[in-house]
Amino acid sequence: MIIIKLSINGIEFSYASKKILKNVSFNVNEGEVFSILGVNGSGKSTLLKCINRILNPKKGTVLIDNFNIKEMDNSELAKYIGYVPQKSSGNYMTVFDTVLLGRKPHIKWEVSKRDLEVVHEVLKLLELEDYMLKYTKELSGGELQKVIIGRALVQEPKLLLLDEPTNNLDIKNQLEVMGIIRSISKSKDITSILVMHDLNLALRFSDKFALLKNGKIYAVGGEEVITPENIKNIYGVEVHIEDVRGYPIVVPV
Amino acid sequence: MRGEYKKYILKKVLLGVVLILLLFLISLLSLCIGEYNLTVNEVINTLFGKGRGHQQLVVWNMRLPRILSAIIAGASLSVAGAVMQCILRNPLASPFTMGISHGAMFGACLAILIFGLGIGGVACPYMITIFAFLGALGCVMAVLTLAKIRNLTPEAMILLGVALSSLFTAGTMFIQYFSDELELAAMVYWTFGDLGRVSWNEIYILLIALILSSIYFILRRWDYNALEAGDEVAKSLGVDIGKIRLMSMLLSSLLTAVNVAFLGIIGFIGLISPHIIRILVGGDYRFLIPLSFLFGSVMLLSADILSRTLISPIVLPVGILTSFLGAPMFLYLLLKMYGRR
Repeated sequence: MIIIKLSINGIEFSYASKKILKNVSFNVNEGEVFSILGVNGSGKSTLLKCINRILNPKKGTVLIDNFNIKEMDNSELAKYIGYVPQKSSGNYMTVFDTVLLGRKPHIKWEVSKRDLEVVHEVLKLLELEDYMLKYTKELSGGELQKVIIGRALVQEPKLLLLDEPTNNLDIKNQLEVMGIIRSISKSKDITSILVMHDLNLALRFSDKFALLKNGKIYAVGGEEVITPENIKNIYGVEVHIEDVRGYPIVVPV
Repeated sequence: MRGEYKKYILKKVLLGVVLILLLFLISLLSLCIGEYNLTVNEVINTLFGKGRGHQQLVVWNMRLPRILSAIIAGASLSVAGAVMQCILRNPLASPFTMGISHGAMFGACLAILIFGLGIGGVACPYMITIFAFLGALGCVMAVLTLAKIRNLTPEAMILLGVALSSLFTAGTMFIQYFSDELELAAMVYWTFGDLGRVSWNEIYILLIALILSSIYFILRRWDYNALEAGDEVAKSLGVDIGKIRLMSMLLSSLLTAVNVAFLGIIGFIGLISPHIIRILVGGDYRFLIPLSFLFGSVMLLSADILSRTLISPIVLPVGILTSFLGAPMFLYLLLKMYGRR
């Protein structure tokens, strides 16, 4: 059965007098991996931040399970939505404590046994156990990104927002991170919404796409919306889309 | 695997226990030594009310208030520093970053100019304390109001503090220009942080300020950890960043203002103590706040012992000593933590 998890209706957002998002609407179903695509500055990150109230849209509503996010209190919302920002930097906190921080919306006064268990489970899932007591400052880019994803996962969110999760990662880490996102979406019914630049990674790992142009939705749908015409219109680049061993590959010509 | 994390936490708790023991021992040492030396036995007897007359006087009226004010002020400045470094997102932030000390100094100088000097010193020391507090408070309120109205970033708040500092410094210099020599001496003397100024009543006030603000800081420890990960992440974890920043700023500034008003300017403790704890246990505010609290006390109490014994019988103002020791220590930390090779 298809359940609509997230419903975005007529979102408008501006910075000062500059309109960034114009009447953006779409739905995302439960357990889907949903990629938002578009050129730099088309409003992708802004849209993502409107979904979890980091930014407040001027108009329009964001509904999760039919609840308006405007009416949720902070920690309630934080139990619903996990967020992985575009840039993360390490600091003098250990991997364990950084991931544990994701339990914050659930922690009342002190860390419970269950909090610790969830953190251990996620560390195991992401194969981070060996780094547990290292400072995040000492990690490589790929390791750090996994820790940040881990922090979002222990929130036990129903919705996961990821802003360019494969930025600055090598090809092995790109595949690993995208693979993790896809598999947890499917196994835990978490709905993942990603801002992506790499069309081929997006095509390979996502169920659906939203193409954003100048703050407006240009197209929403499955693989069928990723056509050479649409890509030409969005990015201004001529491409072929070829099938290589069952994977659609976008090749600029 | 699970045991490892427990061990790691235990180590931090152990450091806390060590610091408490150390604080206790240094306090005892501080009670014993001075111009009039006492043995440990004599001190303990006196504490339990069995001392002879002059011993009673030395311990209860002179040394104990001094030691307690060192413990309280050290903890206050250090905790305020730890919190400010977090909410202003700047490792160089300290209790005096927002121009608090400059505001206090302006207030104190103004009071000395207005009320003048009496026999053997300033005419009404209480007015100086009140004016110093108002000066510090004025500065804090100016920063917070402007920050709130214009929704300033932490970086802009620090620059605002710098601007207000120089404004108050200019005001202070203006006052000093029109003061006579004795008043000028009193003004300069006021700025030397000195633990000998307080009596029991003032200690209670300092203690209450410390306890109340520390409770808030400890309650907010998870929010501070979230803020360390950046404003957006903190928001996504449910932190009301505007409210936390404002309340924390207000409380840490008030705590500093009370201390400066009673004791004068005691530099560097609030900057260095949290950094040393950060090096020892990392940036986790669950531990950083209580451990900075203890370490600040240990640092200021040790500095006080030095200030009383270094060129005894002259007692140096402890502020001079903390700055003397603090500056090179800070330089060392800076090079160690932020040097590129």
